Amino acid sequence: MQAALFYIFAALALVCGFLVVANPFSRNPVTSAMCLVLTLVWLAGLFVLLEAFFLGAVQILIYAGAVMVLFLFVIMLLDLRAEERRRLKRLGLVGGGLVAAALAVLLRGVIHEAAPAAAAPPAVEGTTEALGRLLFTRYLLPFEAVSVLLLVAMVGVVLLSKKELK
Amino acid sequence: MNPGLEHYLVVSALLFCLGLVGVVLRRNLLVIYMSLELMLNAANLALVAASRFVGNLDGQVMVFFVVTVAAAEVAVGLALIVALYRRRQTAHVEDLTTLRL
Repeated sequence: MQAALFYIFAALALVCGFLVVANPFSRNPVTSAMCLVLTLVWLAGLFVLLEAFFLGAVQILIYAGAVMVLFLFVIMLLDLRAEERRRLKRLGLVGGGLVAAALAVLLRGVIHEAAPAAAAPPAVEGTTEALGRLLFTRYLLPFEAVSVLLLVAMVGVVLLSKKELK
Repeated sequence: MNPGLEHYLVVSALLFCLGLVGVVLRRNLLVIYMSLELMLNAANLALVAASRFVGNLDGQVMVFFVVTVAAAEVAVGLALIVALYRRRQTAHVEDLTTLRL
């Protein structure tokens, strides 16, 4: 059961990820964004399979919800229809393919080298309670730093979106 | 047979490569940004898988921070793209050659 779900989620995530990057049917950024939402949902499924329940929920709430709504909002604000027609350059295509292939070979080597233990240890459930406990004890300082970071980002966005950018 | 760590790592690596292809190939700033998100999520998957198979929650806390930072990054980046579009009327990387010598 778990193996079947893993293969379904992984295959769907990879297919949707491919459609984000290179959709053969449409160059519209909106389509890319929709496929990215689907990818994130399948990744949330994988998180649940890994017993990271809180992160699965956060993935859907924050990524598929908030972040992607922001993306769609900006896409529709900018009205990018005129840019669909441009062609990919062949040099870029070859170069990008080469770079990705090289990285894939590199990662394959790394994964092979890190031979994992045969048996998985008993699962540690990533429930809200367990993560919260960790977050407010051992990771308290990073937690506060991240809150300051969010404040800085908020102020920066307000400044950047002012009418006259000096 | 239940999937092991290497299964998840392979999926994560493939997703990361897809994101990299998108960043290198696509010419639309917004799609490049989405590919970046894809790469971040691939890294998140690797972290969660490692956390599960090592048997402690540190990796998941790390993913929590990554998600938070990514949200901040998206907000700032999209604001930059909107500001750029207002000034230059384009979101296409080939039109942004001011720094080229």
